[in-house]
Amino acid sequence: MYQVGIDIGSSATKVAVLEDSKVVKTLLLDSGFSSRKVADKIYTMLEEDGITKENSKYVATGYGRISVPYADDVVTEITCHGKGAQYLFDEDGTIIDIGGQDTKGISLKKGRIMKFIMNDKCSAGTGKFIEVMTNRLGLTQDELSDLARKGNPITISSMCTVFAESEVISLIGKGTPREDIAHGVIESVVTKVVQLIAQVPADKYFLTGGFCEDDYMVERLSKALKAPVESKPLARYAGAIGAAILAEKL
Amino acid sequence: METEKLELPKTFDEFVDARKAAFLKVKDFKENGGKLAGYLCSYTPLEIMDAGGISSVALCGTSNETVADAEIDLPKNLCPLIKATYGFAYTDKCPFTYFADMIIGETTCDGKKKMYELLSDIKEMHVLHLPQSQERPYAKQIWAEELRILKEHLEEKYGIEITDEKLREAAHNRNHLRELMCEMFELQANCPPPMKGAEMLVAIQQGTFAFRIEDQIAGIERLLEKAKAAYEAGEQPIPKSAKRILLTGCPSFGVIQKVANVIEDNGGVIVCIDDCGGERTQRMLVDEEADDIIQAIADRYLDIHCSVMTRNDARIENTKAMIEKYKVDGVVEVVLQACHTFNVEATAMRNAVEDMGIPYMKLETDYSPTDSGQLETRIGAFLEIL
Repeated sequence: MYQVGIDIGSSATKVAVLEDSKVVKTLLLDSGFSSRKVADKIYTMLEEDGITKENSKYVATGYGRISVPYADDVVTEITCHGKGAQYLFDEDGTIIDIGGQDTKGISLKKGRIMKFIMNDKCSAGTGKFIEVMTNRLGLTQDELSDLARKGNPITISSMCTVFAESEVISLIGKGTPREDIAHGVIESVVTKVVQLIAQVPADKYFLTGGFCEDDYMVERLSKALKAPVESKPLARYAGAIGAAILAEKL
Repeated sequence: METEKLELPKTFDEFVDARKAAFLKVKDFKENGGKLAGYLCSYTPLEIMDAGGISSVALCGTSNETVADAEIDLPKNLCPLIKATYGFAYTDKCPFTYFADMIIGETTCDGKKKMYELLSDIKEMHVLHLPQSQERPYAKQIWAEELRILKEHLEEKYGIEITDEKLREAAHNRNHLRELMCEMFELQANCPPPMKGAEMLVAIQQGTFAFRIEDQIAGIERLLEKAKAAYEAGEQPIPKSAKRILLTGCPSFGVIQKVANVIEDNGGVIVCIDDCGGERTQRMLVDEEADDIIQAIADRYLDIHCSVMTRNDARIENTKAMIEKYKVDGVVEVVLQACHTFNVEATAMRNAVEDMGIPYMKLETDYSPTDSGQLETRIGAFLEIL
C-alpha cells in the first residue's frame, strides 16, 4: 500500500509518496493555472510508477485541495505541515512555513498543533514578495541569496510588495549595487516573518516551504529569532508528507 | 401627519426584481400611513418607537455592494459596517433607508458618530449621546435623559403622545420577544444542537426588518416550534461530532457567508452567537413595573456590554459563562477591519478564553471576498486542531 500526499500550493505543487512510513517518492510541479489539471497530471505520473487508486490512498491539501477528484480526504495545510514537520524533525518547536502566498507559524508540542498564525491578506513576508523582487532584479532565488550574502545593509522600508517594488526600481535607478538591494529584499522578508512568528515563540524553529534549501535565509532567520532554525531538503515537502501520513489512517 | 405621494429612487428601474418588490412594499407601508425609523445598534431603545406606533428597522450595512460608493466620502480604512450603512443611504439602494423618516444613532464608536454627521446631509438623524462607561453613578441618569429627549423629539415630529402606559406595553412585548430569542439560543445547548448557527443568524436578521414586533415574535415562534418538533421527532441535522463554536466580536450579519457558513461547512457548528444580537444582550429585560419606566428602559439598554464601553470586563465574564453553558470547543472572534475597540479588546478575550484551556482564533476581515481562500484555510485548520 502507498499513501500519497498532494499539496497544491499557490505557486508550487508538492507530492510525497509513503510506503511503510518511509518517503519513497517526491514530485515538484508548477501549480499553473488549473489545480484540476495539475491533479490529473500527478495521477498519470504516479500511475506510470504503478501507484494507482487500487493500491493507494490519497490526501489532498493546500489551496487547490478541493480540486483533486480522486482524493480520499481533504485536510488543510496547517494540519499537514504539523504532521509533516513532526515526521521530519520529531521535536517540539515552531514551524515556519514561507509559502507562495502566505506565511504560517505553527506551534508544535508532542506532535500536536497547539496554535497557529497566518499572515493577513498581504503578501509581505511571503514567497510572492521574493518572486516579484527576483523578477525585477533578473535573478533566480538562489542567485538572490548568494548576492545578498555579499551585500551591504540597506533598508527597503515599504512593507507592501507593490510599493516595495517601486522602491527597488528607484534604488536600481540610483545605481545602488544589486547585492545591496538583494540584501535589503531578504532582510525585508526576515523582518516581516519574525514579526509574525513572535506570536508563536519557541526555543527551536523548523523552516518548511520553498526556502528550506536556502542556507542564507535559514542563517538570517536564526539570527533574527535568536534561536536555532533547522531545515532539510525534504522540508519543502512537509505539507505533502503530512498529508500522506494522514492517508495512513484512512 | 398627512400622507404624501412618495417617489421611488431615480435608479429604481435598474434594480433586480426582489429589490424592486422590497421598495414597493416599504412604499406601500408608508403610503398607508406607516411611520418608519431606522436604527443601527442594540443600544437603540426600541420601546420608545414601539410606544409611538413607529416601526423601527435595523439599517446596519451587511454587504460589500455599496462600500466602493461609500469610499467616495469615507476613508478606505474604516469599518465595513459603517461604510456599507452609509453606502446604502448614498446610493438609494436600501428601501428601508430610502423610505425611513429618520435614522436614530448613538455615539458608540468614533467611526459611526462621525459618519452620522455626513449621513445627516442625506437623512434626518437623531443621535443619542451614549455614555462611554456604565461605571459612573450618573451614567444611568444621562442615558435616561437622552431617552426622554428622543421621546420628546418623536412626539413633536409626528404629533403623537408616547405615554407611560404605552411604554410599559412596549416593554412587555419586547421582553417577550427577548425571552423567545433566548429560548431559541438555548436550543443550541443540546448535543448535537438542532440547527446551524448561520440559519439562526439569518432568521434574526430577517426579524429586524419586520414592521411590527408581532410579526417578529411570530417569526421566532414558528422557527422555535419547527426546530423543537424536528428535534423531538429525532431529526439530527447536525452530527454529534461537529465542533461546538462560540462566535464573538463584531456584529456578524455581514460575515454569515464568509465566516459562519465556512465554519459549518468544515465540521463545526455555531452553538453560541456572542455578538451584540446574541444572548448577552437579549437576556436583559426591562422592569415593566418600575415607577419610572423611561429610567427602567434606560437601565436595561445601558447594561449592554459593547467594546465601546470602558471597562468592558462584563462582556468577557459573560463569554466565559457562555463557554460553560454551551459546552464550547473553540472560540472564533470576528473583528471587522478597523474596528479598534473590538480589535484591542480581543487581546483580553484571547487571554481569558485560553486561560480556560479553550482554543481561540481571531479573524480580521471585511465584507469583500478577497480573503475568502485564506479564511477557509484558517477556519478549516482551526476546526482540525480542536
